[in-house]
Amino acid sequence: ATADVQFKPSRRGPYISVITNRTTNLLIRGTMLFGVGVFLALVLNLLQVQRNVTLFPPDVISSIFSSAWWVPPCCGTASALIGLLYPCIDRRLGEPHKLKREWSSVMRCVAVFVGINHASAKVDFANNVQLSLTLAALSVGLWWTFDRSRSGFGLGVAIALLATLATQLLVYNGVFQYTSPDFLYIRSWLPCIFFAGVITMGNIGRQLALYECKVVQEKIHQD
Amino acid sequence: MTVRERLRQNISAAFYRHGLLCASYPVPIILFTSVSILTCCYPLLKLPLPGTGPVEFTTGAKDYSVPSHEPQGDLGERPDWYQGPPVAYIQQVLVKAAVSPWDSSLVPVDVFRSPLGRVFSLLEEIRNHVYTDRSLETLCLQVTELLPGLRRMQSILPEHGCLLVSPGNYWQNRRDLFDSDPDILKTVHQHEPKGIHTSATLKDLLFGVPGKNTGVSLYSRKRVVTYTITIALSSYDARFVASLRARLKQLHPSVNCTLREDHMVHVHFKEEIGIAELIPLVTTYIILFAYIYFSTRKIDMVKSKWGLALAAVVTVLSSLLMSVGLCTLFGLTPTLNGGSIFPYLVVVIGLENVLVLTKSVVSTPVDLEVKLRIAQGLSSESWSIMKNMATELVIILIGYFTLVPAIQEFCLFAVVGLVSDFFLQMFFFTTVLSIDIRRMELADLNRRLPAEAGMPPPPKPGPLRPREAPPPPRPSPHTITLQAPAFRNLRLPKRLRVVYFLARTRLAQRIIMVGTVIWIGILVYTDPAGLRTYLAAQVSEQSPLGEAGLPPHLGVAPVFPGGDPTSTLSVLPAPEPTPLPENQSQGHGASRPGGAPLTSPQISWGSEDEEVWRRLSFRYWPSLFSYYNITLAKRYISILPVIPVTLHLNPQEAIEMRHPQDTQHAPRSSAKTTDLQTDLTLYKVAALGLFAGVVLVLLLFCLYRVLCPRNYGQNGVQHGRRRRGDLPCDEYGYSPPVSEISPLLLRGHSMDIECLASDGMLLASCCLAGQIRVWDAQTGDCLTVIPNNGLRRSSSSGCWEHRDGWDSLTPTCEPDYNEPPLRRRVTPSRPTLFGDQPDLTPLIDTNFGELPPSHTTVGFGFDFGGLVEKAYKEHEASPTMHFTAPTPPVTPAPPQRRRSLGDPPVAPPERINVSPGEWDSSVWSLELRGNLIAAGRSSGKLELWDAVEGTLRCCNEDGSSGITALAFLNNRIVAARLNGSLDFFTVDINKPLGLLQYRGPPGRASLPSSPCYSSEDVISCQLTRSVQCAHQKPITVLRAAAGRVVTGSQDHTVRVYRLEDSCCLFTLQGHSGGITAIYIDQTMVLASGGQDGAICLWDVLTGSRVSHVYGHRGDVTSLVCTNSCVISSGLDDLICIWDRSTGIKLYSIQQEVGCGSSLGVISDSLLVTGGHGCVSFWDLNYGDLLQTVYLGQNSEGQHVRQLLVLDNAAIVCDFGSELSLVYVPSVLEKLD
Repeated sequence: ATADVQFKPSRRGPYISVITNRTTNLLIRGTMLFGVGVFLALVLNLLQVQRNVTLFPPDVISSIFSSAWWVPPCCGTASALIGLLYPCIDRRLGEPHKLKREWSSVMRCVAVFVGINHASAKVDFANNVQLSLTLAALSVGLWWTFDRSRSGFGLGVAIALLATLATQLLVYNGVFQYTSPDFLYIRSWLPCIFFAGVITMGNIGRQLALYECKVVQEKIHQD
Repeated sequence: MTVRERLRQNISAAFYRHGLLCASYPVPIILFTSVSILTCCYPLLKLPLPGTGPVEFTTGAKDYSVPSHEPQGDLGERPDWYQGPPVAYIQQVLVKAAVSPWDSSLVPVDVFRSPLGRVFSLLEEIRNHVYTDRSLETLCLQVTELLPGLRRMQSILPEHGCLLVSPGNYWQNRRDLFDSDPDILKTVHQHEPKGIHTSATLKDLLFGVPGKNTGVSLYSRKRVVTYTITIALSSYDARFVASLRARLKQLHPSVNCTLREDHMVHVHFKEEIGIAELIPLVTTYIILFAYIYFSTRKIDMVKSKWGLALAAVVTVLSSLLMSVGLCTLFGLTPTLNGGSIFPYLVVVIGLENVLVLTKSVVSTPVDLEVKLRIAQGLSSESWSIMKNMATELVIILIGYFTLVPAIQEFCLFAVVGLVSDFFLQMFFFTTVLSIDIRRMELADLNRRLPAEAGMPPPPKPGPLRPREAPPPPRPSPHTITLQAPAFRNLRLPKRLRVVYFLARTRLAQRIIMVGTVIWIGILVYTDPAGLRTYLAAQVSEQSPLGEAGLPPHLGVAPVFPGGDPTSTLSVLPAPEPTPLPENQSQGHGASRPGGAPLTSPQISWGSEDEEVWRRLSFRYWPSLFSYYNITLAKRYISILPVIPVTLHLNPQEAIEMRHPQDTQHAPRSSAKTTDLQTDLTLYKVAALGLFAGVVLVLLLFCLYRVLCPRNYGQNGVQHGRRRRGDLPCDEYGYSPPVSEISPLLLRGHSMDIECLASDGMLLASCCLAGQIRVWDAQTGDCLTVIPNNGLRRSSSSGCWEHRDGWDSLTPTCEPDYNEPPLRRRVTPSRPTLFGDQPDLTPLIDTNFGELPPSHTTVGFGFDFGGLVEKAYKEHEASPTMHFTAPTPPVTPAPPQRRRSLGDPPVAPPERINVSPGEWDSSVWSLELRGNLIAAGRSSGKLELWDAVEGTLRCCNEDGSSGITALAFLNNRIVAARLNGSLDFFTVDINKPLGLLQYRGPPGRASLPSSPCYSSEDVISCQLTRSVQCAHQKPITVLRAAAGRVVTGSQDHTVRVYRLEDSCCLFTLQGHSGGITAIYIDQTMVLASGGQDGAICLWDVLTGSRVSHVYGHRGDVTSLVCTNSCVISSGLDDLICIWDRSTGIKLYSIQQEVGCGSSLGVISDSLLVTGGHGCVSFWDLNYGDLLQTVYLGQNSEGQHVRQLLVLDNAAIVCDFGSELSLVYVPSVLEKLD
């Protein structure tokens, strides 16, 4: 085995107590997840915004925030909730997630999620049914590749349905609207995107929670 | 056996064979894969390079017709984009206007005010031009409103009408606004962006020529104003355009104009990627890189982590390229935006297989042959690799049947990519892996030996300590395990590597240099302080020939008038050597050179005016059209030949058009009355420059200090970070963690300890009083006490708390002459055999001997050699020696000892000839091997003591010169003497060799298993060979390891002897001072340090010098090598850590005064140094202080002068009269 002489106190530094503190840890994770959610919302929203003719319009920055101001915070909050909920449910159910718990896998998952969004925005499909079916298949494939847990699937479906319902309500009340709705007031691929997003955020949340577990275990070990 | 099983076996066997193949012929296979990659990528050459530059196509203007939409095969040279009508036809009217003849009564503003004013009449002319029934309104490109974000340009750019752009737009094409504008320049420049701009600015847009060519400037020396009127036409009417051209030419003839008018240029613009699309793309790439990073981080336990990571990335990337190439070859041109699907392809293909392969291969048994390891690793993962691959292929095939073209294309690429990736993994990566593993094995060979030595020692055999059971193995507090040999390189500190890379290549300095040059260039270019215009003003002001058109920075002397004493412009060379006549320089005194001849501006037309738009940014047209939400991406525009217009205005006209403020403006810019202001500006500029310079110098200095740890020239100046270690025992940076371990203090010596020797199990120490004590290195128990000149042996237990030496004896103690008869027989002349009395004489005696032993090791003691000997002689003569030796009641002479001394009639030690001088001789060197202590005395006597029994086993007095250094290896003792001779002794045990018990594990670094001499054996020590003149001068250092004896001497040479036959192999010359430190270990690493502060590394096999570095000011006092670095300490109390292979100093640690030489290496990454009453542990890789252990409560004043690292990772340090046994802190944990 690779062994190395390392020095524990200098290695851990002063953060050990912060990380092991449960609430601060929760807070840190929540903040990180929120940031990731906001970032993804901004970027993916750009994908959805149809391409303008512009070359370098002077108001590039404003086009990043072309959606309403409340969208990124909502997405951030939702992703923070989901990211914290997943490890929590794992713990409650007592079946910890075992599959590929590495950052490289998480990154792959995020990349596939962006890819699904890309496909929904950029690829021209023959009809909406095909688009939605393809995206659904991709989302389930995402779940199978990176999650494979029943709890994850169930939570994903539930949250996706809830989010779709919420979007329906928002559109119904005229907060915003889709250019070409094909499923009541919204796009039919929206649930798939939501599902994939939930899986992705859950993956990130679990990976973050893994750190906490490790640190706590080590601390116990140390004590 | 099911089909699945059989399949699995077959696959595994195939992979096994493949692995063997790859590992056997690495080079041909890598060549083959490279060739196949290149072959598959060859079709990529045909693909157009990605780029957004416009493409041009020129046709004749005469027979122009709008190209049809259908591609026509006959026109071969026609590009495929030249179809359909263009977005717009661009007609430009290039106006060059000048006021001529130039009058001295004119002010600089006149240069452009009236020429610009003429644009309105021209515009009027163009707008109202009618040919038959066609006017411009019907033909021009009608634009709607500007993009919402461009509200601020609303007043300037045309809206809801013809796209007609001219400088008149600044004033809404209204003459009255222009006339009432007090400051034209301000109006023009108020829309200019600050800083560097690559895109087209508003000034460029409206003027249609590059900003510096417009001539709209107060300091223009050409006094010609150039601008264009740009008209965008939606349809092309040749006759209308021709009539407009004729009309304008007729109105404003250009005399010497020979512009070609028969060519139309069609410019096609590629699709540009906007920020809105760039951000998701960049995000996907960031995710991709994060993925690659996290993946390759998992590659571990290989020789070159970076190399393998690179190979993995190369595998994936080249498989993608191969896939694109193959698809192109079979006629599938990629229509997708390659850049955007690329990350997804990488993610789909993935690096997982590569990682799995690596992991599987490195987890095979290390002792196997390389190709077997590769084959085994491959075959064990073959099934999962195949399974994954099949799954991915199936998924992609499903995707292919979605029948969405984009997805189908993606899937096709992915399939080909997957297959080529598999191919590359199997051939390229596997082979690279095999090469890597082989390199690792090679590196392994060199290191295996010391690595094994680092393993925890097996239980000791019993006979070592016959009288007491071996203590229960101490619950080892340390878990230091050396890393397995091959992985050490991976643990090199990255930070240091980066820093040294930077330092080696002087990268930081070069970057800073280039950056400074660029910065200065930008400064000059963007001209933030107005320096350029100021210079121009100065020049034009000083020069009577203001329009001479000389660049100001050239400062050609003849242009300047004679010396200008008031000029503060030091940038310009002194205009002294002017050949101009005196009267011209006289004119300089006036506010404006009145009498100087003025040349009228000449308007000339050249070929560069033909296509004036070429000099603009290539984004000029796209940005113009993009303001109206018209994209030029994938479309083209046709540019019609330019219409030249020449305007000559007379001065009267210019004066009439003046705005009242222009005249106020004018003198300010050119008159001398503003000297004060300009001077102030100059001072400001100078101050700014000075400040910037100071800041830059400081920044450079800081960067240099941060990034360049190599101390060029000086070694006293420390790296900033390291300097924190100045006082390793004090609070600094972070407080050193409180030591949880209390060192074991071994008390017993009455005076300072001079010699220390250990063989891992036992520890022998000798103090100034000449008393030798033997301690158990594990428990710290004192086993034996050998007093200075007696054969007394004390109790072996529990003496480390109470002093059983002379302290416990009162001076009134009666001498006891009841010695054993044997003893008397042996030493009949000396009744004072057990000199244990508190007599001061031994102290005085050994005080003379004190200096040489302590300094012989550090190398400058030999100057005292003669003095010491003289002192001894004097002392010999002293008759006051009166030893009374009370026999301690606890130690009646045991029969054992009697036997050991009395029995062997053959043994030479029977003749222990005790001369008075001998008793006074002090121990100068001490060695301990397998419970035999070899002590070299100043009298030249070599004594062998039993460490456990405390008895003298034999004694050799062949030499008379003091033994300065001893080496005890196997059964040979090498003694270096003060007179430069080298004696080789053989320790013989008259007992069959087969019965020799070998005890102990192989030593840590230099100790082979040494035989255990049991107390029953008769030991004789015979001089086998004496090299009389080994060195010209006294031998200062003696080290033995790996069958070699290395001596270093004051005569600047190092000699290497073979231990078996005492044959001198090499004389190594290279130092320019006496040798003061030598290190040699089992792996034949030889390092030497001298009084010149140099450290040489030698190849023991060839005798050649490997590297030579100067490290210290003053002597090098000790040297230790690890596998990767050399650690040296010098008289300057500096501990330097050098990279062993490159000879680069990694860092240095400033020690406290007097503690410089005490250092030891516990493992490859743990260094221990002594300080003021403490020892400090350092991480060798990073140079971080790990912990400081204080040796005593109130022992701050004491230095740790010697430090010995034992096998069991304990360290012993000499601490005044006490020894301290410190176990390596338990907090040092093992990291997997």
